[in-house]
Amino acid sequence: MMSRFSMLCGEVPALGWLLGILASVTAEYVIGEDLSNILGMDKAPVLFGVLMAFKEPLMIPNLLAYAFIIYVFPAVSTGILTRVPANRLAGRLDHLPVIISGLLHISFLYLIIHFWAGMNDYHLIVIKITMISVILTLSMNVINGYMGEFSCSHPGFMAIGAYTTSVMTLVLFTKSRFGAGPILPEAAGPFVFPIVLVIGGLLTSLAALIVAIPSFRTRGDYLAIISLAFTFMIKSIIENMEIIGGARGLGDQPDFSGLTAVFAWTVLCIWVVNNFVTSVPGKAMNAVRDNESAADAMTVNTRKTKITAFMFGAFWAGVAGGLLAHMLRYINPGTFGLQKLAEIFAMVYFGGLNSIYGSIVGAASISLLGEALRPLELYKWIVIPLLLIIVMIKRPTGLMAFMEFNMKKLLRPRDRGKEEGPVG
Amino acid sequence: MDKLLHIEKMSHSFGGLQAVQNFSLEIGAGEIVGLIGPNGAGKTTVFNLITGVYKPVSGRVMLRGRDIAGEQPHTIASLGIGRTFQNLLLWRHMNVLDHVKIAHYSQVTYGLAGAFFGTPRRNRQEREIEQTSMELLKRFRVDHFALLPVGSLPYGAQRRVEIARAMATRPRLLLLDEPTAGMTPDELKEMIGIIKGIHADYGVAILLIEHRMKFVMELCSRIVTLVFGEIIAEGAPMEIRNNPKVIEAYLGREDIT
Repeated sequence: MMSRFSMLCGEVPALGWLLGILASVTAEYVIGEDLSNILGMDKAPVLFGVLMAFKEPLMIPNLLAYAFIIYVFPAVSTGILTRVPANRLAGRLDHLPVIISGLLHISFLYLIIHFWAGMNDYHLIVIKITMISVILTLSMNVINGYMGEFSCSHPGFMAIGAYTTSVMTLVLFTKSRFGAGPILPEAAGPFVFPIVLVIGGLLTSLAALIVAIPSFRTRGDYLAIISLAFTFMIKSIIENMEIIGGARGLGDQPDFSGLTAVFAWTVLCIWVVNNFVTSVPGKAMNAVRDNESAADAMTVNTRKTKITAFMFGAFWAGVAGGLLAHMLRYINPGTFGLQKLAEIFAMVYFGGLNSIYGSIVGAASISLLGEALRPLELYKWIVIPLLLIIVMIKRPTGLMAFMEFNMKKLLRPRDRGKEEGPVG
Repeated sequence: MDKLLHIEKMSHSFGGLQAVQNFSLEIGAGEIVGLIGPNGAGKTTVFNLITGVYKPVSGRVMLRGRDIAGEQPHTIASLGIGRTFQNLLLWRHMNVLDHVKIAHYSQVTYGLAGAFFGTPRRNRQEREIEQTSMELLKRFRVDHFALLPVGSLPYGAQRRVEIARAMATRPRLLLLDEPTAGMTPDELKEMIGIIKGIHADYGVAILLIEHRMKFVMELCSRIVTLVFGEIIAEGAPMEIRNNPKVIEAYLGREDIT
């Protein structure tokens, strides 16, 4: 029975799962409210209803029933029921160039996310935070996973990205503390904001040289300490710069990190990172990680590889910082401290090193879990690390480490008979 | 005409220890030269000096008329010196195909922008590299392991992967550091075949460190004997075999033993 079920699930293509998720989201939209009333809750539980579970432990069975009826059942049953037409459609899309079929799938995913995020503001915030976390996790995975340097500089990178982009948009679009009134109308935002983010990212890359250059001579513990020092350095520099608000923080950024912008940047990040890590110069990072002498002897320019890894990772961390700043619309130096570092580490190591799937899974599960466990307040930081420890015992390199992301393979139809995995 | 590799009075010391002294050697294109000597004689140090891992304290290392002493190891490697290591330096998390692909690093011309944005040029070149890599793997009969992590291969196959990887850098001179270490007699025979094969197919010059005399005798046209960092004898295999100094270095003097 169980094996037949998992076999059926194995036949559902990516497209079928998207349909399944759409079904869940629709179920939540159409009957969520009514069902929660029937089950004796005064309102639909947010994110797995952990808060409600803690307030009224007796409601746990009802919450589980809600989660099953709204999320699990529609997704799985739709996936399985539509597997035949979905496979046929996936097979047809498989013949198109991978970029077109990929874009079609991504657009579909965007529609679903848009639908779900449109239900309430809380959903919108959660989904945006999750996507920004994906960018952050990927960018750290480049340095800590693919490159194998234990770098703790990510909060610092984020802070630089967040502050530089904030200053730029505040000067350009608002009547701010920096004197000049708005130079550009708010309507120009969607066009100018990407440029601002790129500039912020590039500035972060430049700052990353402070960590990258010592990495020529030292690895492991010492580099970890240098990079940690970098994070503290950035934090105290910002705390002492009154012009950008000092320890009080910087607020009133224009609201540019909309769902579309965050989604587009996330997709772009995944695409670029994947291009890079599957190319020879990107794989050279793995060679430097596993054995630097051998990399050198095989013509790999190890210094260039290290600099590239750091600057590339820092760029995306800066972009993520910029997106976050324009989403929260208030940042202070405290946001970019050790807690942030722990959070990113948890995502990277939970999901798995050297893996794009791992980064996505890690970022999504830890940030969703973080949201779900928010009512636990500080105890959240007992539960998440415990979970991390368990994963580390069972799978020392994370859930999905060392897996190559392959769009074509991910989207291909999965009917029986076509199961033997194509090589390459 | 210039020799392929011309080493002139190369010396190196670690602190007070004179590891290599006045080492001079010429290797012509397509020649196979053996480097023998007792343990600790400085053979691997010679390799590390040629490949730029260490910078010689004095002397010159000329590769096709260009002094490469003091250059970065990756520069020297891309100028045409490939090598394998005494104790197999493979990249343990990587599969076999990636090993050979990465060794094409210096031949990639699409630049970082190409790598980031997946330009058609990048994709074309990546495909070409994958193809030549697969051919090399086939040539060394490890193609059926292509997608396996390298650590899961039998020892002899790992050795072959290391040589395939070195050949992917398109060397004119290949330095092999004890290619038969830890091999069974059958694997040894196979390795002789492989080395003769790459010599015939690619016309690459080979300098090899080896302890098994049978192996050296069969492959090399010339043998250099190193003892305590100094060359004590150089010549054709038969000469070296009967050279009293060499026998003494390996077996000790008669009146002592």
